[in-house]
Amino acid sequence: MKPTSFSYHRPGTLPEALALLSEYQGAARILAGGQSLMPLMAMRMARPERVIDINRIDDLKGIRDAGDTLTIGALTRYNDILRSPLIAAQMPLLAEAIGHVAHHAIRNRGTIGGSLALADPSAETPATCLALGARIVAQSTSREREIATDDFFDGLMSTALEEHEILVAVRIPKRPTALPHAFIEFARRKGDFAQAGIILAPAHDGMPENRAVIFGIGPTPWRSAALEAAFGGEGFAAAPKAALKDELNVYFADDEAAAFKLPIVMTLAQRAFARLKP
Amino acid sequence: MTEVVPAIGRSIPRPRAKRLISGRGRYTGDITARRTVHVAFLRSPYPHAIINSISADAARSLNGVVLVATGADIAQHCKPFAGIHRLFKGMKAPDQLPVAVGRACWQGEPVVAIAAETRAIAEDALDLIEIDWEPLEGLGTPEKAVAGVVVLHDKLGDNIGYDGVTASGDIDAAFAGAAVVVQDTFRFGRHTGVSLEPRSILAAYDPSDESLVVHESHQCPAQQQAVFADLMGLQEHRVRVVCPDVGGAFGLKQQLYGDELATCIIAKMTRRPASFIADRVESFASDNHAREHVVEARMAFDPDGRIRGLMIDDLFAVGAYSQYPRSSIGEASHVAALTGAPYDIAAYQARVRMVYQNKPPVGHYRAVGHPIACAVGESLLDQGARALGLDAIAMRRLNQVRDGSGPHTSHSGFVLNGLSVEATLDRVLEGFDVAAFRKEQAEARERGILLGLGIANFVELAGTGAPYYGESGAPVTAQESCLVRFEPSGQIRCHASATDQGQGTDTAIGQAVADAIGVFFDDVEVISGDSMACPSGGGAWASRGASAGVEAAVRAGRAMRDEILRLAGLILQRKPEQMTVAGRVIRDASTGAELVPLKDVATIGHYRQHLLPPGTQPEMSMLRSFVPQNQSFLTTNGVQLSVVSIDPGLGDVRLLRHRVAHDSGTVINPMLLNEQIRGGVVQGLGAALFEEIRYGEDAVLGTGTLMDYLVPLATEIPDIEVVHVANADPGTTIGAKGAGEAGTAGAAAAVLNAVNDALALIGASVNTLPITPERVLAAIDQVTREDQQAPGNYK
Repeated sequence: MKPTSFSYHRPGTLPEALALLSEYQGAARILAGGQSLMPLMAMRMARPERVIDINRIDDLKGIRDAGDTLTIGALTRYNDILRSPLIAAQMPLLAEAIGHVAHHAIRNRGTIGGSLALADPSAETPATCLALGARIVAQSTSREREIATDDFFDGLMSTALEEHEILVAVRIPKRPTALPHAFIEFARRKGDFAQAGIILAPAHDGMPENRAVIFGIGPTPWRSAALEAAFGGEGFAAAPKAALKDELNVYFADDEAAAFKLPIVMTLAQRAFARLKP
Repeated sequence: MTEVVPAIGRSIPRPRAKRLISGRGRYTGDITARRTVHVAFLRSPYPHAIINSISADAARSLNGVVLVATGADIAQHCKPFAGIHRLFKGMKAPDQLPVAVGRACWQGEPVVAIAAETRAIAEDALDLIEIDWEPLEGLGTPEKAVAGVVVLHDKLGDNIGYDGVTASGDIDAAFAGAAVVVQDTFRFGRHTGVSLEPRSILAAYDPSDESLVVHESHQCPAQQQAVFADLMGLQEHRVRVVCPDVGGAFGLKQQLYGDELATCIIAKMTRRPASFIADRVESFASDNHAREHVVEARMAFDPDGRIRGLMIDDLFAVGAYSQYPRSSIGEASHVAALTGAPYDIAAYQARVRMVYQNKPPVGHYRAVGHPIACAVGESLLDQGARALGLDAIAMRRLNQVRDGSGPHTSHSGFVLNGLSVEATLDRVLEGFDVAAFRKEQAEARERGILLGLGIANFVELAGTGAPYYGESGAPVTAQESCLVRFEPSGQIRCHASATDQGQGTDTAIGQAVADAIGVFFDDVEVISGDSMACPSGGGAWASRGASAGVEAAVRAGRAMRDEILRLAGLILQRKPEQMTVAGRVIRDASTGAELVPLKDVATIGHYRQHLLPPGTQPEMSMLRSFVPQNQSFLTTNGVQLSVVSIDPGLGDVRLLRHRVAHDSGTVINPMLLNEQIRGGVVQGLGAALFEEIRYGEDAVLGTGTLMDYLVPLATEIPDIEVVHVANADPGTTIGAKGAGEAGTAGAAAAVLNAVNDALALIGASVNTLPITPERVLAAIDQVTREDQQAPGNYK
């Protein structure tokens, strides 16, 4: 459990980090909170030649109120989000979701940007950002671009981020405080990755469509058409239930071992919709 | 200094704990030696494969690599070994070597050893080794192994290492005349101990005097000394095994590991100290495993609930080899001994088969066999109660071995001494209102929540006696010894053969010696875990610390006290029996008058012998030993009670309440005892709901890290209430009984019974541990299919 030898860079500014990333394209990994990269390197499942530690780049930290959106810097730690009055007031769904992330020691180090860039399908943050209609801000030496979370997660632990880009922030449309939401997950132990989870976020001015996200099943968190069709109804009725079952069975056809989760998701869906009621 | 008060019975904190929690632990990995080489092993990626060739030139030429040794290179320096226990007639076990030669028989088996200047370099070198593998079919299930799809070891003829029957009474008549017979097939997942400190060893060989000094994270230094000397052909008195602080062992650090023996051999080959510390990933693939039983069982009842007979057939799937030196048979033999043991059962038949398959060796893990025996017996009893429409608690009371009935010969032929099954059941139910629980259960069901209550009686084999390993042929002793030294300062040092991996055995021994002599606990220092500095003895296994270890200490302490008083009598011209040792002075036994400081007696005994009457030879240290000579095991008993809730929509089982009533005999240290039992319960709860090393049919390992192998965390564990029945062991001076197995022995069974009590509300049941959401949902799905009901609607 010793990593292969690697070169370590610790730039003090984003342009320096981007220059290094551009120079060592393909051979370098960005180190943020290190909660996933470090164990992967220790087990030699990741063997980067170079590690670019961005922890000294203060510009990447913090939560900013940008009018219609909140901008959360990539290097903002889970616990900083969890304790932020701005998040508590404007984005309680995100705070609730992050309350389910692992344990204090991990939340003290782990970052929102790291989680989004890793794109673990069972993790709370990518799924929640998708449910909130967030946009990912990616920076390279030449440009900054925004990627909708709908287009960001493109496969198992794979994203639309290019090799020379650093995920620098996530922009999330503010939600009216009175708007209900539902976050529900089932994990074997408190703090574990979810066996399955469902997030319901009704539409508002900054997010024109109702969003329902399922995570913990399949290669990425995904928006469920069956669940989104059920918004506005009287609870979770029989028709969307059947549609959800069909939707899930598409996933389980490729993953028989996960098929036992079907009743779990059905139960979670029912309970999630019950939570939306005032 | 204040008056001395007895140390036994007080919750004295462990002196070691202060050191450990302040970061001053001295674990094997903390010990450094100059010029150490660090060893890493290339482990087989296949469950079963022929090694056609190994190309290691690139690894050898890597800068910093000191030695690359194949199995054949290592085998030049030791004998092969086979884990046969001769008490079990007809047992078969294959020869094994520290590192695979020609063929790998489990995924994780060491194949090549590399010693380098750092562990990182050794791991780099592993990447450079090329092996021409020829994969073979792997045996990954007990059924596949017993069917002999592949015969793992040609010399054995088949994969069955042992097949034996224990029987008493007329089993056919018992079942033929039964009002009700219940039967079930229980499956138990494969576990491992998951110690916080991984297996670690640092070996140093000195060619000038052919001596070997080994620091090893292990429970049994004396056994390891004998094993290393024998297998490496060294003189045993030139081998020293030191077990410094050990961060949890639970039985997994009780036997010999090939990679650890190989590390000693590498120290000899390189003439440099050699260190091997298992990492978390290789721990799962190479630490001793345990459990993995499939038990078919039947129980026959009279109409009033009396048990007429019990039949079990235990298929116990071990690894590719039988562990050395104790063998892997222990768990199955305990299942045969203990299933149904809390009850008077006239007819019994237990068949056990131990089968080899392509997995790491099975060793002894806390409460060897007990959890299997308890779950099978207690679940069948509950099933019988349901079939007969009787109360399961009343049925236990009807069948329990009576308290105070003297030595009881169990259905399996074991002599069980001084059991208190009736008293412990009464005690666990004290303050627990079963009727109120049933009411709560009915109300919860209205809300869609299934509540369940489970009870599990168990008998424990705590403290192995001479016959069990005496007959085995292995260098394993059931005897414990303690050397007590009356130091020049007037304080006490004792050197114990019993060892301490965090249980607090040292503390208990210190308490026992303090009281036996009459000194303050703080004036006693206990030294253990060193085969050279301590007398030879068993170490730590099977809850022997408080029973055998403490008994030896009490005897040595009393002998030391007698000698101190003899010397004091000679100095003071008084009769020894008219004086007592009281803290740091000697007092008149009847008046309490202070006669002489203890230190003065020590000074004369060590430095001023000329002041004693002519011909007096002071003896300033005393060695005493204790072995349960004619009993295979010291025995005790307990009971556990569990309350669970099940969310049927998720298959989620939550633990609400857990209670243990245990007969620990005389309680030496209530805090250490209770925490010992709680820790055991947590491991049992892990077995009940979480822990399982998963393998495919072909024996490919599916659980590589602690993200896959779930151990219970504090958030999953309810408050564990522990109460006692103090029924002193008649066979020892102070009557303390072992308690290390108790928690693990009964916890999973109590939870299984609670889950089935809850599931019975909807007509479902489970019989496989761990009880995962997947298994609960499958059980519910089965009944809902029958009922044509949608999942999640149980009202």
